[in-house]
Amino acid sequence: MRKQVEQIQAATVLFAGDSGDGSQTIGTQMTETSAIVGNDVATLPDYPAEIQAPAGSLAGVSGFQLHFSSETIHTPGDTCDVLVVMNPAALKVHLHKLKDNGILIVNSDNFARKNLRLAGYTDNPLEDETLTKYQVFPVELTRLTRKVLEDTDLSFSQQDKCKNFFALGMILWLYNRPMDYTIRWIKTKLAIKRPEFIEPNILALRAGNNYCDMTEQFTTSYEVKSAEFAPGKYRNIEGNMSTVLGLVAAAKQSGLKLVYGSYPITPASDILHYLANYRNFGIVTMQMEDEIAAVGVAIGAAFSGALGVTGSSGPGLALKSEAINLAMIAELPIVVCNIQRAGPSTGMPTKTEQADLLQMFYGRNGESPVPILAACRPTDCFDTVYEACRIAVKYRTPVIFLSELYIALGAEPWLIPNVEDLPNIQPNFQTADNGFEPYLRDPETLARPWARPGTPGLEHRIGGLEKSDISGNVSYDAENHEKMVNIRAEKVKRIANDFPPTEVFGEQEGDLLMLGWGGTFGAIRTVVENKLDEGCSIGHVHLRHLNPFPNDLGEILNRFKTVLIPELNSGHLLQLIRNEYLIDAVGLNKVQGQPFHVFELESKIQAYI
Amino acid sequence: MKNKKSSGIPLGVPTLSSNDFKSDQDVRWCPRCGDYSILAQTRRIMPELGIPKEDIVFISGIGCSSRFPYYMNTYGFHTIHGRAPTIASGVKMANPDLSVWVVTGDGDALSIGGNHFIHLMRRNFDINVLLFNNRIYGLTKGQYSPTSEQGKNTKSSPFGSLEAPFNPISLALAAGATFVARSLDTDSTHLQSTIKAAFEHKGTSFIEIYQDCYVFNAKAFELYTDKSTKGDNTVRLEHGEPLLFGNDGEKGIQLNNFQPEVTTVTNGTENLIVHDQYAENTTLANFLARMSDMPEMPHPIGIFRSVPQNCYEDMMTDQIALAKQQRGEGNLEDLLNAGDTWVVE
Repeated sequence: MRKQVEQIQAATVLFAGDSGDGSQTIGTQMTETSAIVGNDVATLPDYPAEIQAPAGSLAGVSGFQLHFSSETIHTPGDTCDVLVVMNPAALKVHLHKLKDNGILIVNSDNFARKNLRLAGYTDNPLEDETLTKYQVFPVELTRLTRKVLEDTDLSFSQQDKCKNFFALGMILWLYNRPMDYTIRWIKTKLAIKRPEFIEPNILALRAGNNYCDMTEQFTTSYEVKSAEFAPGKYRNIEGNMSTVLGLVAAAKQSGLKLVYGSYPITPASDILHYLANYRNFGIVTMQMEDEIAAVGVAIGAAFSGALGVTGSSGPGLALKSEAINLAMIAELPIVVCNIQRAGPSTGMPTKTEQADLLQMFYGRNGESPVPILAACRPTDCFDTVYEACRIAVKYRTPVIFLSELYIALGAEPWLIPNVEDLPNIQPNFQTADNGFEPYLRDPETLARPWARPGTPGLEHRIGGLEKSDISGNVSYDAENHEKMVNIRAEKVKRIANDFPPTEVFGEQEGDLLMLGWGGTFGAIRTVVENKLDEGCSIGHVHLRHLNPFPNDLGEILNRFKTVLIPELNSGHLLQLIRNEYLIDAVGLNKVQGQPFHVFELESKIQAYI
Repeated sequence: MKNKKSSGIPLGVPTLSSNDFKSDQDVRWCPRCGDYSILAQTRRIMPELGIPKEDIVFISGIGCSSRFPYYMNTYGFHTIHGRAPTIASGVKMANPDLSVWVVTGDGDALSIGGNHFIHLMRRNFDINVLLFNNRIYGLTKGQYSPTSEQGKNTKSSPFGSLEAPFNPISLALAAGATFVARSLDTDSTHLQSTIKAAFEHKGTSFIEIYQDCYVFNAKAFELYTDKSTKGDNTVRLEHGEPLLFGNDGEKGIQLNNFQPEVTTVTNGTENLIVHDQYAENTTLANFLARMSDMPEMPHPIGIFRSVPQNCYEDMMTDQIALAKQQRGEGNLEDLLNAGDTWVVE
């Protein structure tokens, strides 16, 4: 039969099923292929903390949302055009995200009584009125996959593990996408550990593709053309990988040995996993006994003259705070990565949030200024963590790098930077005793010397007790203490002298300034672009530097009638801005473990424009 | 150090004296504190190690003992409570050529830092740990510690402490320590030789040093240090020698149904336990360690175990070398451009 091909600008697809159904895998593969064929992409993995919660339960539903477009996009999409569900629980959890008349692909084999009951359905939604406003495509994914694989050596349960690729084959057909990239990935990924699954997965993928082609169920496929990108070489990258490459780059460019201490924690563990692969770069990763030991090795490494880095999430940062304070008073360069997740306490480990900002500012005893930088999107992790390393080394201070689950696990196309364009990082070790004093400072940056053990003549002692100015010896002198507190604060303040002028997107002055930080960038930027198209007087500033703030920020804030601060917390940046600049900024807050939807922001800013 | 095992002082290293290891800081321990002797013995033995002082790093946590690095004219880092092993691990990993020393106390190492202590032992970095055990909290003014005897009356335990003490030697052995020894603040010769042996051992070396806190727990170790009692209450561990003690070495220790018992030499020495500090398995070392929990048995002083094993930092260095050999020296340009890429014209 003849099939139609319809041109569309963008689409959002959500894959959902049990945690073991492989939704993350096929979501990632669809993302890779979409990026390689030239779309702009943005993703949102949404999965439970349990590795495999009871099969068929609502708690066990794992989802992967992908937005791809022929235009520049900044978010994974508010609602979906296509929803692929492997069982009734996935349908129950995600149906509300599907647009009216959206495409719903259902593994109908899993809609038997037991799974319906687990999902809380009394009647089968495929047979009643529940789904009338959608285009429903029931497909016997399990039976069809088994049929394709009946001649293989796999058991039924092994065959069933391939059905996600059957589903992916269908979606690739639906959007006229090639299967080559996925086939190559299957071959590489499974070559060593599970070679017996290579052929079956490819067979299932092809079968899903053919199924759409041959049956009359699907009459229309869609095409999303390439987006316009700046010229250059691209790859698709996830936030945590972008962070890792930024760290490796900073180590290489500075000539410093990278020592990464960590204790596994969601969603920061992938940084440890990825870095552990780069031994051939001379990179040392140490999985330590706890969060404190992890930051301890970073501090020890820094004392020895290496680039000490540790990574964790909010609960781990709470444990590390005493050690970060030690690095602060000892004035040693370390970088602390906090990949935020929803708190408080253990909170919701697999959900996103930005509620650690005040902890990073104030969560240490005494007067403890520590520079804080936040990445705003997956690709920005590279540049931001690179800058965190540069600041740490130049100013001899711990630096906190903030990311958050949403951008850490999200992916998007990345214009690969040229190595020669990366900023210079100079360790400037003290090498000779030409008037060496441990706390004799650079007059411009106030940085103290970095004198590595092993250097003759520079033997010295440091520690967490208050230091005497210049000599660094223990001091309980009242005046000296206040002086040292002021010097440490002034040193951090001077870091702002390195920042470029703050970029104001859209209107440079007027009614409304949207002031954001971190992973809310995409949603805010989309809203501001939409409103600018409508002719509104609106601008957007997105802060990478949270401590210190840019020197020109106060002046920018005063150019707008209202400063609105959207955050995924109850108003952390809001408090800091009101405190620092004495302006009546307004908060726009959401604390649900989920990113902002564009429509949520749009509806809330109407009053100010 | 690469040349650690070689004897004598390498060429090019100036001869140092104990005075070279004195920093310009005044020592501020209480009068009659056992720490003074440990500091003096450490300064005395350092020149004999044959390494330049710029290659030596002392790292401590918090407590009286942890002020130690300020008084040594080497590199030093007085860190935070219980965490010295973690910082020392980072120092050693970043530069395996350094000689790294952790100075700690019973509270610092076994209470707040207990977790780091056992993990340092099992990782077997080439780091030397000097634990000053005075069985009391000194710097916080006299609370019971994790090595205080049960029932101890202190400010925080006016009705007697309820907790059974740790046996630091047993703990270190259980955690897989490759060098475990006990010495005394008052025995300068033994302490010096034990510190030197710890340095010469490649791997984590742990020395428990009985140290008198004159202010808060005076004479805690008098039985083992006083001339009139130490003969009957301590037994010196000498590799290859039978376990003999008593003022004239007239007593020995033998096994009876897997229990130690005291016998007299006049009964013959053929059944006495012979010390083997190089034994691969820890049976004998564990047995000797537990003797200090038995009131009727003497306290062993000396090296319980000294068995070479691969060090963490060496294995890491090997992994790096192997990865470079197999994959080639990491190239940043290639790494950034790895995976599926596409070009936009």
